[in-house]
Amino acid sequence: MEIPRSSGFQLRHMMCEFGQLSRPDGDVTVFQGDTSVTTAVYGPGEVRMNKEILNKATVETVFKPKSGLPGCAEKMFERTLRNTCETFLLAALHPRSSISIIVQEIQDSGSFLSCCVNSCCLALLDASVAMKFLVAAVTCAIDSEECIILDPTVKQEKDSCAVLTFVFENKDDSILAVYTTGSYTVQQFQQCSQTCGEASKAVFDFYRTSIEKKLSKAT
Amino acid sequence: MVDHVGKVVLPGEIVTGFKASEKTSKVILGPGLRQETETIRATKPGILRHKEPNIYWVDSHQKRYIPVKGDTVLGIVTAKAGDIFRVDVGSSDQASLPYVAFEAATKRNRPDVKVGDIVYCKFVEANKDMEGEVVCIDSSGKSGGLGVIGRDAGYLFQVPINLTRKVLSPDCELFGSLGKNMRYETAVGMNGRIWVKAKTVVETIAITNAICASEYMTNTEIKNMCKRLADSMAGF
Repeated sequence: MEIPRSSGFQLRHMMCEFGQLSRPDGDVTVFQGDTSVTTAVYGPGEVRMNKEILNKATVETVFKPKSGLPGCAEKMFERTLRNTCETFLLAALHPRSSISIIVQEIQDSGSFLSCCVNSCCLALLDASVAMKFLVAAVTCAIDSEECIILDPTVKQEKDSCAVLTFVFENKDDSILAVYTTGSYTVQQFQQCSQTCGEASKAVFDFYRTSIEKKLSKAT
Repeated sequence: MVDHVGKVVLPGEIVTGFKASEKTSKVILGPGLRQETETIRATKPGILRHKEPNIYWVDSHQKRYIPVKGDTVLGIVTAKAGDIFRVDVGSSDQASLPYVAFEAATKRNRPDVKVGDIVYCKFVEANKDMEGEVVCIDSSGKSGGLGVIGRDAGYLFQVPINLTRKVLSPDCELFGSLGKNMRYETAVGMNGRIWVKAKTVVETIAITNAICASEYMTNTEIKNMCKRLADSMAGF
């Protein structure tokens, strides 16, 4: 079920399912329009000796592409995800352990990075790993007519002159991370961050409803 | 002031409306809550719970066990090393179990424990910066039900930690209603492991399924399920 998008000024329909895998401590499949990823979280678990950090947990991310072996671009992608996750996890609570996050691509139909960040956050919520705050990622594109398109599809991304991904947090609604490609002016950047910031509220609402739905069985 | 008790909280959310104890004017924060200078924020997603007079915590759904001092757990012996056993309790670190922490064990009289044995033991040392230590005796040196279990028969399985908390709570009638129709022996560890031993394999499987299915059931539903289970076991 997808809400028809008239303007591109709203996010595509988001949906998620918890507990499809039995082995991991937390897992989620997130659909954002046609883009979808499955993320599994193990941890805090045992860590390999050479990766052990004495005063905090080691955060590992593994990105599995739809087909083929991961190359340089995928390794870079892993690193982006890991850096984002490390900022909001309370890793100091579990020294000498590892929190591993495995992201499996199901379908990339645009705004893939933001979908991955959101699925990491939801999977960590499912595993009940201690976090400082929540994060929500929103992607937008600036097309050739200088219009801002929220949550672009692959085609829209390709036709645009810049793609910007913002990660927001729910503590004081500030920007946590920005990932951009292409060229844009300072004004356009400000506009984009404002539009995405407003859209991130919808993502946080989505987190809340998903978790409330999951916990409603327990009460 | 918003009262969050009984509601879902998410990490980063400010929690307010705490009631301090009248005598000490203090509030006790349990798992899932963290103080950041002036404000108190949640760190885990879950339902905020309150216990009179001043204890607050977040009840979250978790599969991974994090050791807590005083918890009784089911561990598997993985190695013998010098004068200790290494025990896997399902947490990030293995726990150590000294040779002499068994009933009637001395330096000379070593307990009969092999690699692969299941031990029902209690955490006496659980600290995030140190290796956990478990024992199989109480403070008076008696076993009190702790020790090696199920060497001859039995079945060990893993469930979410919430479920073990639920079946161990005095309000839960699961084990009582199951016991009306079947004879069985069970050990529940706070680390999400449950060990069951019944007369036949069929009964063991039935009890295992009943425990797993009871996660989201109320007491009346549990009683009905046990009744139906007994009927089908009898061949109706």
